[in-house]
Amino acid sequence: MSSPKSLFEKVWDAHAVRTLANGQTQLLIGTHLIHEVTSPQAFGMVRDLGLKVAMPHRTFATVDHIVPTDQFAEPYRDPLAQAMMDELRKNCVEFGITFFDRATGKQGIVHIVGPEQGITQPGTTIACGDSHTSTHGAFGAVAFGIGTTQIRDVLATQTMALGKLKVRRINVNGKLRPGVYAKDVILHIIRVLGVNGGTGFAYEYGGDVFDRFTMEERMTVCNMSIEGGARAGYVNPDQTTFDYLKGRPYSPKGAGWDAAVTRWKSFASDPGCHYDDVVTINAADIAPTVTWGINPGQGISINETIPDPAKATAVDEKSSIEEALAYMKLKPGAPIKGTKIDVAFLGSCTNGRLSDFQEVARFVKGKKVAPGVKAIAVPGSQIVALQCEELGIDKVLSEAGFEWRAAGCSMCLAMNPDKLIGDQLCASSSNRNFKGRQGSPTGRTLLMSPLMVAAAAVTGAVADAREVFNVAGVAET
Amino acid sequence: MSLEKITSVTGFGVHIPGNDIDTDRIIPARFMKCVTFDGLGEYLFYDVRKHADGTDLPHPLNDSRFKGATVLLSGANFGCGSSREHAPQAIQKYGFKAIIAENFAEIFFGNCTTLGIPCVTASRDDIARMAAAIEKEPQTTIVVDVARQEIRFGTQTVKAPIRETARDGLVNGRWDSIGELLDGMPAAKSTAAKLPYMAA
Repeated sequence: MSSPKSLFEKVWDAHAVRTLANGQTQLLIGTHLIHEVTSPQAFGMVRDLGLKVAMPHRTFATVDHIVPTDQFAEPYRDPLAQAMMDELRKNCVEFGITFFDRATGKQGIVHIVGPEQGITQPGTTIACGDSHTSTHGAFGAVAFGIGTTQIRDVLATQTMALGKLKVRRINVNGKLRPGVYAKDVILHIIRVLGVNGGTGFAYEYGGDVFDRFTMEERMTVCNMSIEGGARAGYVNPDQTTFDYLKGRPYSPKGAGWDAAVTRWKSFASDPGCHYDDVVTINAADIAPTVTWGINPGQGISINETIPDPAKATAVDEKSSIEEALAYMKLKPGAPIKGTKIDVAFLGSCTNGRLSDFQEVARFVKGKKVAPGVKAIAVPGSQIVALQCEELGIDKVLSEAGFEWRAAGCSMCLAMNPDKLIGDQLCASSSNRNFKGRQGSPTGRTLLMSPLMVAAAAVTGAVADAREVFNVAGVAET
Repeated sequence: MSLEKITSVTGFGVHIPGNDIDTDRIIPARFMKCVTFDGLGEYLFYDVRKHADGTDLPHPLNDSRFKGATVLLSGANFGCGSSREHAPQAIQKYGFKAIIAENFAEIFFGNCTTLGIPCVTASRDDIARMAAAIEKEPQTTIVVDVARQEIRFGTQTVKAPIRETARDGLVNGRWDSIGELLDGMPAAKSTAAKLPYMAA
């Protein structure tokens, strides 16, 4: 018997083509996902070099960043957005790539479409010109965000040059308290390990909490691995993974299914395998978490106060708190609870899936968005939208005062008409609170779970969803 | 494909202080509505460099003393966030040829290397010393010696480690790996043939 290996090592070994002169590995990329923002230049490079797409059947395209969520008909009001749409369509036709265009009914955020279609599978390598590609690790895939030149490499060769990562195992053991979600788990992990704590690592998430998590919850956590500096994050595949994948359009069928499950199981980390680092977190220590600053590591529990630079222990910490508070216009030492909000955003590749909207609908039913708050709910894909509409979730949210929109990245990064204005403060279920991230150079973002966004929306201020919605008192449905 | 051997970069520097400077700050998302990378240089650090009306905010890149700088100095975790290559493209098109920081975010580092922009690390104290030297005399020549992994400025020499795969690629003119990857296509195809999910 060979020595025990982690999933990362097994997947790496199965896809390593050869060692390059500089010492990096030429790694086979089994699945390549593309979207309209980072791919056009790559296709241009492929053309300029007189190359072809090596394995067009292993690249899948969708459109997400620039699509307006309030306009379906083309041409779009923004000619630049239309140009990007046209370019992607043209490239997919020219190179023979499957494109989940809006007319297919399967369009959505790339990290929602891949899993939904069963394209994202265990034991595979996945690359996409988008840092949140780590999402796909939820299935036991090794998934990397890449730049445009690397997209060119993957298009032209189905491989890329990469150095092997170390693996950090992160156990979250015990049971999460009611009202604490996958989003809180990852915000907590980033707060504990830092926004660059994961540099050079792939994160392997495990323990009781991940064993119990649904695929959608695992995706939420893996999605934000990159916010902790880890280029990839994954969960070992198990029955939950296989149950999710069974019957999806690109999942193996018939006898091929059983063979695939056997193969997938073989990729899970072996007991006793080597990890470069192990971190263990007690689930009971995780509270509903809200960011107060300008990076996703600047988070506190809903009952904590905004950090005071005067109490900082390191020079660095002091200056970063000062910079963040100056931008966020928040008072040191004040409770985060009660901070007035202007906008509430539900959606994104982090929290734009069916279960996110289901959970919000369960609690906001019969409640109203506070006067003066603009609230939008943006499904992550057309399929998520349809699922929500079939369950009447769109109606519950609309009646509560949320605008129910069409699928896309929307206000997560504001490459489309959904943007903050001036220094509006947004309670957001997205993944980044960087300066200007939501489209206004002075716009402010507080990251939190979807239910915390809903609590902020209905009260008009940052609130503890557990109190607003009597979470512990509402029976599990 | 023959590439330039980037053994060192010599030029003036500009210090953009701060940790965790993310790629949204380097190039705001709205400037990515484009199908080429042309013209991105003028939007580098746009929202921290310009008021909404297009007039200048106080920022090192707006300081005439540092015009023409080709070496960018910053803090820790430089380039975190989005994988957008638009960020290093904007930095390169603005005129920078090398970046010195305490450390770099992973994807950004790889993107820069592939474009032939050396990203070398230096200690916080050394960066502070370089920043002080530039502040005192903006025409201080900075030599980022990739081959020797050191930075020389004034009379001082400091350590500047860079990941070996990147150093090797830069100094040997193989920082863009497309040629080698294409050479490996037969091997890639046989690796793919062993993976059922990759069947056509």
